[in-house]
Amino acid sequence: MTEMIATRDAYGKALVELGETYTDLIVMDGDLSGSTKTKEFAKVYPDRFFNMGIAEQNLYGAAAGIALTGKRVCASTFAMFASGRAFEIIRNSIGYTGANVKICATHGGITVGEDGASHQTFEDIALMRTVPGMTVIVPGDGVSADKLVKAAVAMDGPVYMRLGRSKIPVVYDGSENISIGKANKLREGKDLSIIADGIMVNEGLKAAEMLKADGIEASVTDMHTVKPLDEEAVLEEAGKTGRILVAEEHSVIGGLGSAVADLLIREMPVKAAFIGQQDCYGRSGKPDQLLSMYHMTAEDIVSKTKELAG
Amino acid sequence: MNVRELETTANDVRKTIIEAIYNAGSGHPGGSLSAADILTALYFQVMDIDPEAPDKKDRDRLVLSKGHGAPALYAVLAERGYFSREKVLTLRKPDSDFQGHPDMRKVPGVDMSTGSLGQGFSVAGGMAMGLRAEGSENRVYAILGDGELQEGIVWEAAMSAGHYGLDNLTAFVDWNGLQIDGKNEDVMKVAPIGEKFAAFGWNVLSIDGHDMQEIIDACEEAKKCKGKPTVVIAATVKGKGISFMENQAGWHGKAPNDDEFTKAMEELEGQGVQS
Repeated sequence: MTEMIATRDAYGKALVELGETYTDLIVMDGDLSGSTKTKEFAKVYPDRFFNMGIAEQNLYGAAAGIALTGKRVCASTFAMFASGRAFEIIRNSIGYTGANVKICATHGGITVGEDGASHQTFEDIALMRTVPGMTVIVPGDGVSADKLVKAAVAMDGPVYMRLGRSKIPVVYDGSENISIGKANKLREGKDLSIIADGIMVNEGLKAAEMLKADGIEASVTDMHTVKPLDEEAVLEEAGKTGRILVAEEHSVIGGLGSAVADLLIREMPVKAAFIGQQDCYGRSGKPDQLLSMYHMTAEDIVSKTKELAG
Repeated sequence: MNVRELETTANDVRKTIIEAIYNAGSGHPGGSLSAADILTALYFQVMDIDPEAPDKKDRDRLVLSKGHGAPALYAVLAERGYFSREKVLTLRKPDSDFQGHPDMRKVPGVDMSTGSLGQGFSVAGGMAMGLRAEGSENRVYAILGDGELQEGIVWEAAMSAGHYGLDNLTAFVDWNGLQIDGKNEDVMKVAPIGEKFAAFGWNVLSIDGHDMQEIIDACEEAKKCKGKPTVVIAATVKGKGISFMENQAGWHGKAPNDDEFTKAMEELEGQGVQS
């Protein structure tokens, strides 16, 4: 059976290892350390952990200040509050200054589940993409999350990393080279290219398997880094199959789909279709139920491919 | 520097402020002039800094949280030798590094890019946390406007600085009583300030923000206070030093015209001679 790991759990574990590697690593949270998993770091390195309380604006302002004294900082809360509540602080005090802050935001997307619409953000990637100099990453499984968190902490400059609440299937075996800004092709296919990030990577792989039964060979690319986008990888797919389907657990406005569409319209217009939250709010429910209700499953990808036929 | 020399320097700073804003045709004279004495005292007497090594790790930091006071910060840094006065006079021009609000990546000696109110104070708290985590003896200074205290993040930052007992942080509130739309008390009452900071665990001092000795003494007292951050509520005059700008909200964000510029410089020259 496939191993299941939540990307937030991978983050918590990676932080503990990183604490040993980097003695200048400071971790911060906004009263959600049990949920974001920064508590794992706090237990081992209490002197390098700061709980800033339920005050996300100051969380990211203070994170910028600590970083500007020469430290590397991971600052976590839920994706809704990091990207939304603190947007302008991130833009002006982290982005504009180039502060070495990793905004590791958990509980992104619909799979937050029962907490409902107020906690389900589909806007975070769109917001963070617009901040100049911001690297934006959405890992698709626990193994890649571990590698990408470590790569983010190793690099200098601001990063927004979206992590998930739910346990999701492991896609990588750990031997792969996974680096920021470089897409990972997980499956070859000549008829159609599925480009996905986050939880939709695994849905894309499932969809490709289902499409194979219909005689359609679909490639699957994990575009874990939304910004800077691996343009070469997208254009290679567009040139090869001429049909691009982008799948993400995010609004169809402004996320990975928009990033890919912006590139295609500029460089190589081809047929494209987009799976994501259809410009609406979510609701309470179990993650799997919600993914079905809001059409972000492998089955939805399969039926969407019809738009690309001909 | 003795008090008289600091006053003379502050007068020179005021001349640069007025000339830079006049050249730019826009800017914020009122709040720059009200903060000029505090900034002069800090950079010439109080802070551990080196204009030859603006980025050295072991230095005191200053965050001008009321970033629209940029002309005052630039003018003081120029007087202190970080760069020439002529550069400051390029304020707000497209090819200038001297932005309408300070950019730390463009101007040496600027420790934080500010302009969006309240954020600088939060960042200053973070700097104090970072220095303390390092075991550094260096200190962080923040300068806030009184209108700026209406921003919610100010009180988030005040709460956390009190919670973490950041005694290496000193904040000045440039209390000139005025903001763009008028008096604080009419726009949105922020008083009483001292009681609010005290409630969040701060050491609270009140001074005349144009008295050099009081500014210096407050900083010394802040250094001695252990376990608490210090806020210095500095009573100031918006537009201080230019008779027709003093206590006028209208001079918050407006450049002088030719006649006003001439008159303002004459007044400052006169004050320079007197001292």
